[in-house]
Amino acid sequence: MPGLEDLYREIILDHYRNPRNRGELAVPPAHRVEGFNPLCGDEIVLFVEVDDDGTVRDIKISGQGCSISQSSASMMSSAVKGRTVDEVRDLTRAFKAMMSIHESSLEKDGTEPDDDLNEVPDVKLGDLEALRGVVKFPVRIKCATLAWITLAQGLEETAST
Amino acid sequence: MAMTVPDSIDVTALKRDFPLLTGATMHGQPVVYLDSASSSQKPTPVLDAMQDLYETTYANVHRGVYELGAKTTDLYEAARASAARFIGAPSPSGIVFTKNVTESFNLLAYSWGRANLSEGDVVVLSTIEHHANLVPWLMLRDERGIELRYLTMAEDFTLDLSRLDELLDGAKLLSVTAMSNVLGTLPPVRQLADAAHATGALVMVDAAQYVPHLPTDVTELGCDFLGFTGHKMLGPTGVGVLWGREELLDAMPPFQGGGEMIRDVRLDGFTPNDVPWKFEAGTPPIAEAIGLGAAIDYLTTIGMDAVRTHEMQLTGYALQTLRDRFGDSITIFGPDDVTDRGGVISFAFDGLHPHDISQVLDQHGVCVRAGHHCAKPLMRVLGVGATARASLYLYNDESDVDALADALDKSAEFFLV
Ligand SMILES: Cc1ncc(COP(=O)(O)O)c(C=O)c1O
Repeated sequence: MPGLEDLYREIILDHYRNPRNRGELAVPPAHRVEGFNPLCGDEIVLFVEVDDDGTVRDIKISGQGCSISQSSASMMSSAVKGRTVDEVRDLTRAFKAMMSIHESSLEKDGTEPDDDLNEVPDVKLGDLEALRGVVKFPVRIKCATLAWITLAQGLEETAST
Repeated sequence: MAMTVPDSIDVTALKRDFPLLTGATMHGQPVVYLDSASSSQKPTPVLDAMQDLYETTYANVHRGVYELGAKTTDLYEAARASAARFIGAPSPSGIVFTKNVTESFNLLAYSWGRANLSEGDVVVLSTIEHHANLVPWLMLRDERGIELRYLTMAEDFTLDLSRLDELLDGAKLLSVTAMSNVLGTLPPVRQLADAAHATGALVMVDAAQYVPHLPTDVTELGCDFLGFTGHKMLGPTGVGVLWGREELLDAMPPFQGGGEMIRDVRLDGFTPNDVPWKFEAGTPPIAEAIGLGAAIDYLTTIGMDAVRTHEMQLTGYALQTLRDRFGDSITIFGPDDVTDRGGVISFAFDGLHPHDISQVLDQHGVCVRAGHHCAKPLMRVLGVGATARASLYLYNDESDVDALADALDKSAEFFLV
C-alpha cells in the first residue's frame, strides 16, 4: 500500500514551502497563460518569455494550488528556464510519460502504435523524478501535470503569434 | 461538552444498518465517513428493497398487463406517494422523478423557462448556489437573453436581504438553495418566497441538502417548485425529484420526448400524457425510485425531527471541538449558531491546501471532500480556490468528529514541521 512518503517526498515539500520563480512578468514581452484543474479548483497563471532564438528566457508562476501542483510548477520552472522550446517539449513528454500519460495510445486506424512514434525522449528528469510517486495516487496526477499542460499551451500560443 | 438533552438517535445501533460503515476499511482503518453532503451511505432496508424487487417482482412499469408489471408499477407509484408525503406535497401528481436534482433544474429551465422567459426577463439567484442552480440559467441566458440577478452573501455567511425587493423588482422567478452545500447556511425560504410572490415571481427551491436533513413541508416553505436528489438521503444514485404545483406543471410543455410521456402519437403529432408522467420520458429509474421510497420510509421511522436534533447537537460539538483544538489555525466558513445552519462544515486549515489535508485524512480512514464543491462563484466570494468540507449525517457521532480532529493534527504534523 503506497504511503504518504511515496507522494510527499522531501524535495516536493521543499519546493512547496519555498516555491521557485513565483511572481509575474511584464506582458509583453512575456506571454500570460492560465490553467485550471476543474476537479479541485486549482488555478495556475504562467508568464513565459521566449527569445527570438526559441529559448525560454524567463518564467514566473502565480496562482494557487495544492502541494503537488505547486511543487510540480516550481520544479518545472527551474527545469525549463534557459532551455530551448524543443528541449522543453521533450521534457514535457518525458514528464507526462512518467505520469503514465502517452500522447497517442492507439493509432487512428486502431492498430498498435509504431514504437518509435510513442518513444519517450531520453532526457534526464532530475529533481522531477521525485514526483514519480504521484502515479500511485491517480487522483493527484492532474495536480502534477497542471503546470506542464499549461506551459505547453502557452508555448503553442507564443509560437502562433 | 456535556449534553443537556439526550441525543435523539442511538448512533451505535443505527450504524449496524449501514454495512459499509461497519464493514469497510480504508488503508486498513475503519471508515470515518464525513462526506454525506456529497453522497450518503445506504442502509440495508434500501439495499434489500432494490434486491427484492429484482429477485421477486421486477418488470417494466405502466406497460405490462401481467401481474409482475402491475406490481412493479404499484411499487413505483407508491414511492412517488411516499416522496409527496415526505415533503408535505398535496398530491403525488406533483412529484416528477428525474435522474438527480441537476436534471430537475434542467427540466425546469428547459420546459418552464423556455415557455415563460424571453429576452430581458429576470431570474434571481444567489451567489452561494451550487452549479446545478446556476449553469442551466446561464445557458438560458445565452440562448434567450434573460437577465440574471444575484442575492449576495453577507459577512456572517447568510444571504444579504437588504436589496431583496430591488432585485425581485420585475422578476419572473427566484431560484435559491434552502441549505448551502458549502456553508451550511439555511436561507429564510419562507420570507424569500413571500417577497417573491409579492412581486409576482415564482419560487424554485434547491432542497438537495435540506430534504435529507430537516423536516420539509412545501406548503410551509411557500415555494412553487422544489428539487432534491435521492443519493444524498440514503437512497440510490440515479433518481431525483422535481416537485411542482400541479397547475404549473400542467401548463408546462414536455421536457424530453419518447415513450411514457405521451397519451397518443400520430405521424403528424402527439398528445402529451398527464403530469407527472408527461415529464418522465422513457423507462424511468424504477428500482432507484423504489429504493428512494425505502430510504424515505427509513428516515420517516427515525423521524426527521430526531435527525435534525441529532445533527444540531453534533454540529455544535464539531464546531466547538475544532475551535478548541485548533484555535486560530482553523477558519470555518459558515454561521456560528447551529440553529442557523446544517451539519456541513467547510474550513481552511493552517494554510494547507484542502487536497493535501484530505490526502492525509484518507490515510487515517477519514473521508472529507476537498475542492470547490460545485460552487465556484462562492469560492471566489470566500476568496479561496477550494475548501475542505466535513459533513455530518444521522449515522455520525462524536467519535467521528474526534477522529477528524486527530487526523487534522496529523496533517499539521506532516506538513508544518
Ligand atoms: C445544494 C446542491 N444542489 C445540487 C446538487 C446536485 O446534486 P446531483 O449531483 O445529485 O444532481 C448538490 C449536490 O452535489 C447540492 O449540494
